Amino acid sequence: MSALDMHDVRKTYGSGDNEVVALDHATLTVGDDEMIALVGPSGSGKTTLLSIAGGLLSPTDGEVVVGPHHLRDYSRKELTRFRREFVGFVFQGANLVPFLTAKENLLVVADVAGKRGKDIERRAETLLEELGLGQRMKNTPPQLSGGERQRVAIGRALMNEPELVLFDEPTSALDSKLGEQVMELIRSEVKGRGTAAIVVTHDTRMTHFADRIVEIQDGRLAA
Amino acid sequence: MKLAWRELIRRPSRFLTAGMALTLIVLLLLVLGGILDALIQSSTGLLKAQSAPLIVYSADSKGSIDRSRVTAAQHDAIAAVPGVHEATGLGIALLAGHIDGREEPSDVAVFGYEAANRLVPTPPAPGQGYADRSLEGDGLAVGDTIELGTARTPVEVIGWVSGTDYNLQKGLWVDAATWRDALNANIPDAAVAPGTFQAVLVTPEEGVAPADLAGTIDGAVPSVTTLTIDEAIAGVPGVAEQQSVFTSIIGTTFAVAGIVVALFFALLTIERIGLLGVLKAIGASSRTLAAGLTLQALLIAAGALALGGVLAVGLAQVIPDAVPLTLSSSRFVFTAVGLVISALIGSAISFRRIIRIDPASAVGGA
Repeated sequence: MSALDMHDVRKTYGSGDNEVVALDHATLTVGDDEMIALVGPSGSGKTTLLSIAGGLLSPTDGEVVVGPHHLRDYSRKELTRFRREFVGFVFQGANLVPFLTAKENLLVVADVAGKRGKDIERRAETLLEELGLGQRMKNTPPQLSGGERQRVAIGRALMNEPELVLFDEPTSALDSKLGEQVMELIRSEVKGRGTAAIVVTHDTRMTHFADRIVEIQDGRLAA
Repeated sequence: MKLAWRELIRRPSRFLTAGMALTLIVLLLLVLGGILDALIQSSTGLLKAQSAPLIVYSADSKGSIDRSRVTAAQHDAIAAVPGVHEATGLGIALLAGHIDGREEPSDVAVFGYEAANRLVPTPPAPGQGYADRSLEGDGLAVGDTIELGTARTPVEVIGWVSGTDYNLQKGLWVDAATWRDALNANIPDAAVAPGTFQAVLVTPEEGVAPADLAGTIDGAVPSVTTLTIDEAIAGVPGVAEQQSVFTSIIGTTFAVAGIVVALFFALLTIERIGLLGVLKAIGASSRTLAAGLTLQALLIAAGALALGGVLAVGLAQVIPDAVPLTLSSSRFVFTAVGLVISALIGSAISFRRIIRIDPASAVGGA
C-alpha cells in the first residue's frame, strides 16, 4: 500500500470566467517510506498540493487516499482527527508555540488529542534527544537558534508517529549550511522510521536528499 | 486547555490590561452594590426584621406605614379573623434623639411594638429601649438615656439590636405605651388614641397561606389593606427608586465587563490568528481552542473577583461612616455570578472568528 495516492485531483477557486485552477488533474503516488521533493516556482500549486495531501484543503475533484484514509469522504471533523493522528506537518519558520518549552511544543500534539501520561513525555524526550536537543528541552523558541527551532518542529511533526510527514519549505529561513544539516536530519528521521515524506522546496540544492523529485508548474505535475 | 493555562501563567503581562480593567469593574460593582444594600437596609430594616409574613395598614394609607392608622377596634377584628394566629401592633415615630455629650441630635425612628421578631427580643419595660447599633456611632452606650424630640421624652437604652433602621433613621425599640407617649408629646398633630397603632403584624395559623389570609382579612375587616412584608418593603418611600437607579447602573457595568472581555479576546484572537491556524493544522479542534479561550476569560474574571474583592474590603475600612456601605457575601456571590456570565458571553464573541480560521492558512506562510 502506498502512503499517498492522489488521482486526477483538481482544485479550483471561484467559478465561470473568474475560475482559478490551483491544481490541475494532479496524479501522484508516494511510497510507504519514500521521500519526495516537490519543486516549482511560486504560485505553481505546491502549497495547494501539500494542503490537500494533509487534509487541510478538500479537492474540487479527484481522489486522495492516505494509507487507508479516503479523504474525499471525510467531514471537517474527521479531517481534523486525521491530521491529529496520521499526518505530521513542518511549517515555514517552524511556527512553534512561543511560550512553550521545546518539550512542551512536542507535547502539544498529544495534548490536542487528549493524550497524557509518562509514555507520551518519554517519547517527546527521546525524540528531542535524537534530534540533538537533549540539553535544550526546557528552552522556549526565543531561546533557540533557527536550526534548533526547525529541529523542534521536526520532532513535533513526528510526535504522533504519522504515516505521512509534510514539510513546507523547511529550509527557507536557514542558511545553506544549516539548511543541509536540517535536510540530512529530515532524511535520517523519516528513513529511520519508514515514514513517507513530501518536502516542498524551491531550493534545488536541497533536492538531492529526496528519493525522487517531482516538478509542478501552473498546477500541473510534470510527467 | 493546558495550552491556555500555560499562556496565562507564562505571559501574564499579556492579560494584565484586561485583568486590571475587570478588577476595577469588580470594585465598582461591589461598592455600588454595597451602597445599595446599605441604603435599602437603612430604609427597610424595620420590615425585614419582622418574622410575621403579613402587615395590615389602614386602607387610606396607600401602602405607607407613616400615613397608616389602625384603631383598637380594627386590631381586635383582625385578631378575630379565622386563620390569624397572632396580630400585634406596630407604631413609628420619627424624632430627634438627644444623646448626652453630643451637640447634634440623631435621627431616630422610635418603634412601639408588642411582640419579639427575628432581631428584637420581647418589648422592654416602659421607659426602656433596645437601640440599633447604628446609634453606637453617634456616641450612645448601653445604660445611657436618650431624650426624644422637643418634649425630651427619656428612654434608657438596655441593649443593642442590629439592622433595624427605617427610612434612613436609626432604630430605637420601645414598648407600645412609651412609643405612644413619645409620639403624642412631640408630634401632637399625629397623636394616636390608646390602643391605636400604625400597623398590625399578622402571623397566620399553621397551614394557612399568607396570601389567602391577606384576602380574608381585607374582606372581613373594613378599611384595611393587608400586604406581604415584601410588598410593604417595596412601598417604603424611595426604595423602589433606589433599587431601579442602582440596578440600572449595576446592569450597565456588567454589560461593560462583557464588552471589555469581548474586545480583549477579539483583539487577542486576531493577534494570534497565525498560531491558531498552526494549532488547527496539527489537529486542534475549534472546540478545544474555544474552550481554552473561555478558560482564560474565566480565570481572568476569577482573578479580578479576588483582587476587586480585597480592594472593596480595604475601601470599606477607610471609607467615612457617613457613606453607607455594606459588603455582604450574597452581594459578592451576585457579582461573581454576573461577572462569570459577562465573561462567558464576552469570550463567546470570538468563537465565530476561531471557527472561521482556516487551518490551511498555516501552510505557505512566510
